[in-house]
Amino acid sequence: MLPLYKFVPSRDNWRVWLPVIAALVVLPFFVRDEYILNTAVMAGIYIILTSSLNITNGYTGLFQFGHAAFYGIGAYTAAILSTRYGFNFLLTLPLGGIVAALIGAAIALPTLRLRGIFLALVTIGFQQITYLVIMNWIGLTRGPMGIPGVPSPSLFGYELMSNTGYYYLILILVIIAIFLISRIVTSRVGRTFVAIREDDLAAESVAIAIFPAKVLSFVIATFFAGIAGAFFAHHARFVSADSFRLEETFIILTMLIVGGMGSISGPVIGAVFLVIMPEVFRFLAEYRGVVYGFIMIAVILFRPEGVAGVPGIIQTRGVFSQADKQSTAEDPIP
Amino acid sequence: MFVPQLINGLTQGSIYALIAIGFVIIFGTMNLVTFAHGEVYMAGAFAGYFALTVWHLPWYIALVLGMAVGWSLGYLVEKVAFRPLRLAGHMPPLLITIGLSIIIRDLAHIFFGTENRPVPSIYGQTFEVAGTQVSVLQVLLLVVAAFLIVILRLLIYGTKIGRAMRATAQDHEAAYAMGVNVNRVFSISFSLASCLGGAAGVMVGMYYNAVYATMGASAGLKGFAACIFGGLTSIPGAILGGLIIGMVENLTVQYLASGYRDIVAFLVLVLVLVLRPQGLLGRRMRAV
Repeated sequence: MLPLYKFVPSRDNWRVWLPVIAALVVLPFFVRDEYILNTAVMAGIYIILTSSLNITNGYTGLFQFGHAAFYGIGAYTAAILSTRYGFNFLLTLPLGGIVAALIGAAIALPTLRLRGIFLALVTIGFQQITYLVIMNWIGLTRGPMGIPGVPSPSLFGYELMSNTGYYYLILILVIIAIFLISRIVTSRVGRTFVAIREDDLAAESVAIAIFPAKVLSFVIATFFAGIAGAFFAHHARFVSADSFRLEETFIILTMLIVGGMGSISGPVIGAVFLVIMPEVFRFLAEYRGVVYGFIMIAVILFRPEGVAGVPGIIQTRGVFSQADKQSTAEDPIP
Repeated sequence: MFVPQLINGLTQGSIYALIAIGFVIIFGTMNLVTFAHGEVYMAGAFAGYFALTVWHLPWYIALVLGMAVGWSLGYLVEKVAFRPLRLAGHMPPLLITIGLSIIIRDLAHIFFGTENRPVPSIYGQTFEVAGTQVSVLQVLLLVVAAFLIVILRLLIYGTKIGRAMRATAQDHEAAYAMGVNVNRVFSISFSLASCLGGAAGVMVGMYYNAVYATMGASAGLKGFAACIFGGLTSIPGAILGGLIIGMVENLTVQYLASGYRDIVAFLVLVLVLVLRPQGLLGRRMRAV
């Protein structure tokens, strides 16, 4: 059987994904519980966020830790445009993505010449700066007060109010996002991303323009993060900077690592698992961060490819891997 | 108001410098970045809080206690996050320390609550130097920071373990071939760095009279910004970076808006990495 990380939805394997979509479409007919539907909507938002972070961190191998900032930029764009200028959801959704992507490009151009942890740290810096600007630019964002009263989406004169409506909307968005991402990563551009991740010097030697490809990957990822943010703003109907802190980036990152990087199914599995888990184990609510942290550490130490990721993206040749087992503890350096 | 803010900034900057030196020691010897350093600092601050407020001990004992807590926690972090992944490159240890920092912060949240814990102010009396009010506490903190830095320098340049650390920093394989117990050096370097982080935590508690569970994240990143500013591998650079960030922060409060004070360090972090990745005083490395 094909390993899970090689699965990419396409015309040939509709037998796999069509029943899943069908089951998700009929779900609200059987589940009327608002709380479960709300959880499902949150899972949908996180699927888009994790899948888009997967484009940079998983496929292209660029470790960026600023995803919640772009999520927040999308959310604030949608909130400001809809509350102050009365923009419709059909306009704020793509605009949220476009503004996030433009800022993403502006960040990517100077910083993507850095590699590894330096890129990670510079994006953490950007994440913190974004948070502080949102908190302090009162004229635009109302600072710590947040923006209340974001209208619920109205599509073609029909206003979505119920969780069932939000559920179908996010389901459509998730399907479109995963379809687009699948198309991107199986295209020539997607293979370019993977080539850069595997060996950027080799990629350059076969005439791949590395830098533009890295920027493109960053822009695509931030675009989807902005879309997720815009939907979040219309769903929660209130945005505040607290939803877009560094911790949020780490939550998305944990989902990606647990699910697995560099595959289509990995981020979906990770997002769904880590959204549902705290709801099931409610008695652990207080320890949510602790549990997340332990899960992330355990996954990196014992199964760095996660549930359904491509093996080898996070390389941990340590005492836990076969290669190092014969060496003694006193002999760590080859 | 310029000079008093400068002195405030100097005091605060010396605390950042201690955190930044920790990053330098860790990056210098192991070539790795830890994300849990801010949490070590927070743990040190809580040790200081318990010593000063709950057990009413004198400040120097609180300082030693904070350093001991920092040392132990650093030892643990090295064991969990760095030892198993010695050959794994930069990213897995960074990810694991992110996980650890979340765990430590949330545990602190659960055990110590979310509210600020008050620390009694000591040496609050001020005296005048050339028309500027300086508190005894500020002088004390500056002296303590300078003292710790001098001790560290004596340790690195005057002892056998210090020589082993320098050798490991230059080339750990060669050091290993020469009979240096590299694992022990890594462990001691990391604990030493965390020890300074713990001391910084106690000092910040004394200076601002409050400690809280979430104080680590931003202090850790600011210390890292100072360390990047100085060039990641240079202790004088880290000290300079810490002092400059501390002073610019306080001048920002004075001349811009207080809400933007925290942004200074992150702007420094981003701008230095983008414009001059080797920092002010660091050796050139493969960051680009």
